[in-house]
Amino acid sequence: MTQAQATRHPRGASEPLLSVRDLRVTFQRQGDAAFKAVDGVSFDVRPGQTVGLVGESGCGKSVTSLAIMGLLPERGNTVEGKAVFDGEDLLTLSPSAMRDRRGAEIAMIFQDPLSSLNPVITIGRQVTEVMERHQGLSRKQATPKARDLLERVGIPDPKARLVNYPHQLSGGMRQRALIAMALACNPRLLIADEPTTALDVTIQAQILALLKELVVDTGTALVMITHDLGVVAGLCDEVNVLYGGKVVERGGRHGLFKRPRHPYTVGLLNSIPRLDAPLGEKLDPVPGSVADNLPWASACAFAPRCSQVVDACTSHTPEWEGDHVVGHRCFNPMGGTP
Amino acid sequence: MSEDRDGRTPTPPDGGRARRPSYGQVRRDRIDALATAGTVDDEPGVSLIRSAWKRLRRNPIFLLGAAITLAFIVLAIISPWIAPWDVTARPLLDQVRPQTNPVPGPEPGHLLGGDDRGRDLFSRLLVGSRQTLIVGVFATLFGLAGGITLGTVAGAIGGWVDSLVMRIVDVMLSVPSLLLAFTIASLARSPSQWTLIVAIAVIQVPIFARLLRGSMLAQRGSDHVLAARSLGVRPRAIVFRHMLPNSLGPVIVQATLSLAVAIIDAAALSFLGLGNPDQRQPEWGQMLGLAQKYISEAPHLAFYPAGCIIVVALGFTLMGESLREALDPKTRR
Repeated sequence: MTQAQATRHPRGASEPLLSVRDLRVTFQRQGDAAFKAVDGVSFDVRPGQTVGLVGESGCGKSVTSLAIMGLLPERGNTVEGKAVFDGEDLLTLSPSAMRDRRGAEIAMIFQDPLSSLNPVITIGRQVTEVMERHQGLSRKQATPKARDLLERVGIPDPKARLVNYPHQLSGGMRQRALIAMALACNPRLLIADEPTTALDVTIQAQILALLKELVVDTGTALVMITHDLGVVAGLCDEVNVLYGGKVVERGGRHGLFKRPRHPYTVGLLNSIPRLDAPLGEKLDPVPGSVADNLPWASACAFAPRCSQVVDACTSHTPEWEGDHVVGHRCFNPMGGTP
Repeated sequence: MSEDRDGRTPTPPDGGRARRPSYGQVRRDRIDALATAGTVDDEPGVSLIRSAWKRLRRNPIFLLGAAITLAFIVLAIISPWIAPWDVTARPLLDQVRPQTNPVPGPEPGHLLGGDDRGRDLFSRLLVGSRQTLIVGVFATLFGLAGGITLGTVAGAIGGWVDSLVMRIVDVMLSVPSLLLAFTIASLARSPSQWTLIVAIAVIQVPIFARLLRGSMLAQRGSDHVLAARSLGVRPRAIVFRHMLPNSLGPVIVQATLSLAVAIIDAAALSFLGLGNPDQRQPEWGQMLGLAQKYISEAPHLAFYPAGCIIVVALGFTLMGESLREALDPKTRR
């Protein structure tokens, strides 16, 4: 806790805690063509800040997080670029050094809480395991801490829950237990990979409120991976919109929602159902799907699905217009070029 | 790692003509199918074991199998105390006439009559269950221990270690198991029940190893193992706390089925004279072997031990099969 408080800073005013630069992940299976899942992604996360990575399935957002965590399979892929965390490039650390960071400094929350918990050991054991591993506590010492932790993430009757197995908990409780495991050692960076996708809407709101509260309380930096712009609107300070392995637009939460520049961001915003729209009005989804082999090399990968397409889109790769705070990657952005 | 990882049966190279898969291939496929069955994958809120038990309790096949198994185990344990006659005593010796009546028939006090040496057949059958149980259980336990060790090594380390272990296992699987057991048992200088146990344990090892390795691989890619890795849990703890306990389900079910096979194989080897030759310790396969001499005059000498073997093996098989079905998410409702 003391360490976490020490790193608490006013939003955006400090040095980045994690700075990802030109991250590239290429999957290559023998005999197949290489597939660029992540193609030059850069972003910064400062202490206490929540950064969203948004995009539809297959845009590379989960692969980005797994690459930063060093959790990609050992074979069949190459990771290039830098992910500097607290002065160290995580991508060059040895596996054992990386293991010491994971869970202690950087932790991750996964999408499906049931399958992400070990079905044959108790919740308490799974929480204490992390503390035993990183803080050198005995199980006896860790148990009261685990109970406090479960209480902190809003699990009622935490003492009884310690000896429960995952199947005895409801979906929301399981996600809370997973969050407790991730927070067990007060990590400075938390990566949440679609933490609410598998939950009911009411539970989603509770989990998001919990995450928000924990981030504010502890000064933990949060990377929020989601396809749900509602989650982004409620939680993130900065948003990166990914398409085909590249960041296509970045901005602060307010700026991005008020004045989206990239047609893809606009498409995502338009595909959210609105309660205040007149009855019978059709949703306006983004047509098509993320293509398998992306032609970023010589064109804009979004061009085939774009409503704003101009000649340059199919003959040149759009360059990044902007900086590490705001920007987009489009030849014909909405609202015209400034 | 290899082509069999995703359980595909290789298509015949000539395309058109369907080729029968080899003996080893058939066995490998069957084991791989078992490895994916019985892995934990459940509707939320209901424990796998509890829902399986709920269905088993009302399954007459399981109940029958369990009753036979239980009766067999209890009898095997208490038989020396409840057998009416000592297995070495020869109370019917005076009735044995080598020329006219080599095997005394039933009479009061001797339910099934005697054997060719005038010993009480019923008592010998009862006590024989003990050796059969010992051989079956120990052979399966040793096979299980060996298989779990090899399967864990292959599934946890992966890479060339996995390839090496699995090729050895494949070679063992491609030899018909009874033939392999026969070969191993005949290596022993003097046959005993331990020869049987070792020989049968060895033929069980590759089955358990392949089964466990298959479910370990499935666990390695599972979400909860990824979650444990994301928390920095050490590889050793991941293998023994997160992968192994979740992989054992199908192996334990297979062990129940293997007990039946072990009992039958033990009887077969014993019948062929590779078992314990000491007649003071009767064993069903051994009794079957001794009965050969009088098969035309007294077929019941062979009939009773053979029947016992069949019933007990059936009991274990019924129990094991219904366990497997109950734990297999694919067959549930």
